[in-house]
Amino acid sequence: MSGATSQLAAHLSSSLNRFEGRLATRDSGLVKTAVLAVSLAFFAVFIFLPLVLVFAEAFRKGWDTYIAALADPDAVSAIRLTLLAAAIAVPLNLVFGISAAWAIARFEFRGRQFLITLIDLPFSVSPVVAGLVYVLIFGAHGWFGSWLQAYDIDIIFAVPGIVLATIFVTFPFVARELIPLMQSQGREEEEAAIILGASGWQTFWRVTLPNVKWALLYGVILCNARAMGEFGAVSVVSGHIRGETNTMPLHVEILYNEYQFAAAFAVASLLALLALVTLALKAYVEWQAARNVAKDSEG
Amino acid sequence: MSIAIEHVVKSFGTFRALDDVSLALPRGELVALLGPSGCGKTTLLRIVAGLESADAGRILIDGQDATGKHVRERQVGFVFQHYALFRHMSVFENIAFGLRVKPRRERPTEAEIHRRVHKLLDLVQLGWLKDRSPAQLSGGQRQRIALARALAVEPQVLLLDEPFGALDAKVRKELRRWLRRLHDELHISSVFVTHDQEEALEVADRIVLMNKGRIEQVGTPHQIYQEPATSFAYSFIGNVNTFRGKIEGAFLRVGDDLLPHFQCNFAEGEPVVGYARPHDTEIVADTQETAGVAARINRVLTSGGTSRVELVANGPERGGAKDYFEVEIGSEDLSRLALANGQRVRLKSRRLSLFRDQA
Repeated sequence: MSGATSQLAAHLSSSLNRFEGRLATRDSGLVKTAVLAVSLAFFAVFIFLPLVLVFAEAFRKGWDTYIAALADPDAVSAIRLTLLAAAIAVPLNLVFGISAAWAIARFEFRGRQFLITLIDLPFSVSPVVAGLVYVLIFGAHGWFGSWLQAYDIDIIFAVPGIVLATIFVTFPFVARELIPLMQSQGREEEEAAIILGASGWQTFWRVTLPNVKWALLYGVILCNARAMGEFGAVSVVSGHIRGETNTMPLHVEILYNEYQFAAAFAVASLLALLALVTLALKAYVEWQAARNVAKDSEG
Repeated sequence: MSIAIEHVVKSFGTFRALDDVSLALPRGELVALLGPSGCGKTTLLRIVAGLESADAGRILIDGQDATGKHVRERQVGFVFQHYALFRHMSVFENIAFGLRVKPRRERPTEAEIHRRVHKLLDLVQLGWLKDRSPAQLSGGQRQRIALARALAVEPQVLLLDEPFGALDAKVRKELRRWLRRLHDELHISSVFVTHDQEEALEVADRIVLMNKGRIEQVGTPHQIYQEPATSFAYSFIGNVNTFRGKIEGAFLRVGDDLLPHFQCNFAEGEPVVGYARPHDTEIVADTQETAGVAARINRVLTSGGTSRVELVANGPERGGAKDYFEVEIGSEDLSRLALANGQRVRLKSRRLSLFRDQA
């Protein structure tokens, strides 16, 4: 989840050769087999099997049931809400992530270290807590509750609450990807651009942004994956109103609790599919970034 | 264009990077800011460029006050030690950058941009690399492209921050000759920062020697080498033998020994430090001689017409610490003296420069 991930992937192949090629770091056949067996078995039982089961269960009663489960108005509404929440949360966190990374990587200011720590808060705190905090602030008995009621604004148990909770939990992804990269790149290229007469805006679009584009895309993909998959925080603020405030993960839970296993797995398979697409995208971005790193180290 | 620096002061926290620096640089010259690391030379360069602001003082470029001017209005070209090429752009686009970001009404046409970039590529003799990315170039090529990029906007002044610092010795030597030739062609006022005295002495028209945020001496390479003005200038430039002691009549008392000197603006008994270049230092093998600093022959290195003799002096009066000296003598003198390792001799100086001992 750190910014070094993509570079790590780039160097993996070369470091493999290095370890295998050297006598001192070459492991015995037994060790190699054992390590491989353990990790592959683990992967098969805990990751691959559940993934296969999701799709198997989803299609157990056939295509018709599958399609029907997804075409159900409540399911459609859940899908739409999930996409909406992601569509709002991701761009906002993109903007926030870039500005926070910029501030931290480029400026020395009081509270800088505090801000770095704070960015990680959504990772370290349980999403349920995040949801509860929003209820405390915006709920009917919360701080702004009476004021919001007076103006007839619904946040908790309504779409805005879900969007807010989603923003909270996906807040660190972009910034976390960018900060280490921007710190390591330094600011000489930007200084060069400005001396050459570029305005701040031109420098940002022509120099800063292109230099971090792969890390940025990587952060956005992770951010999006989490935004669509978030359960805990959203569950607290949603109120589970069918057809209105249910996201896909919440809808899956409801269906499952009602013993509609096929339908639950059908929606779940859609979520899993989104995850797979995300992974494919991520792999592509990593591959591109690795190619760039390789190109950089050629000279 | 001429550059004038007037009473510039800059501090980083409690560290005083520049302490009331004033300097006038005439137009068209290639000037070296020379000094040890941390002496403030890079800070001074960045203040001239406008990348850093001075706490006090003024910068005049061609007689006009540039202190309040933004970097992009100063019309300076800047070359960074680590090139700072735009990594995602081709060589061509790197050079074209300064032209492309100009406001629409000043921006040259695409054809004009092509013409100018190709002219610069010819100037740095790297036209065949125009479609490469910076990562595919060698260090020396990158720095030449960085220079072409800086020249693209036709700056009034060219500033180079340790331009050859990141290159290996051979490339560095080639590139600094090339920079000198380029400067002779273009005559653009240029200032480069370096900690390498050889580089400064070889390339620059004028050297500004800096130490601890102050200017020690300004002069031609010849002046700087032959007539060091300060104690620091002596010890920083070239090889030098150092003798610390007190004035005693026509002698400098160094421990138990008496070293003859030739000029004396110092009072009797005043602590001074004397400097003598290796070629101005002579070895006296005669054991009857009582004047001169006692030392032992440590090593004799012969190469070509001259030889270098390394000597060492240590004794109780130096607290057991060893002092090393170096003497350059002709091969004939060397064979006449017939020196052996470990032999006790005395050192004298034909030309000894005395300064008040600050230590």
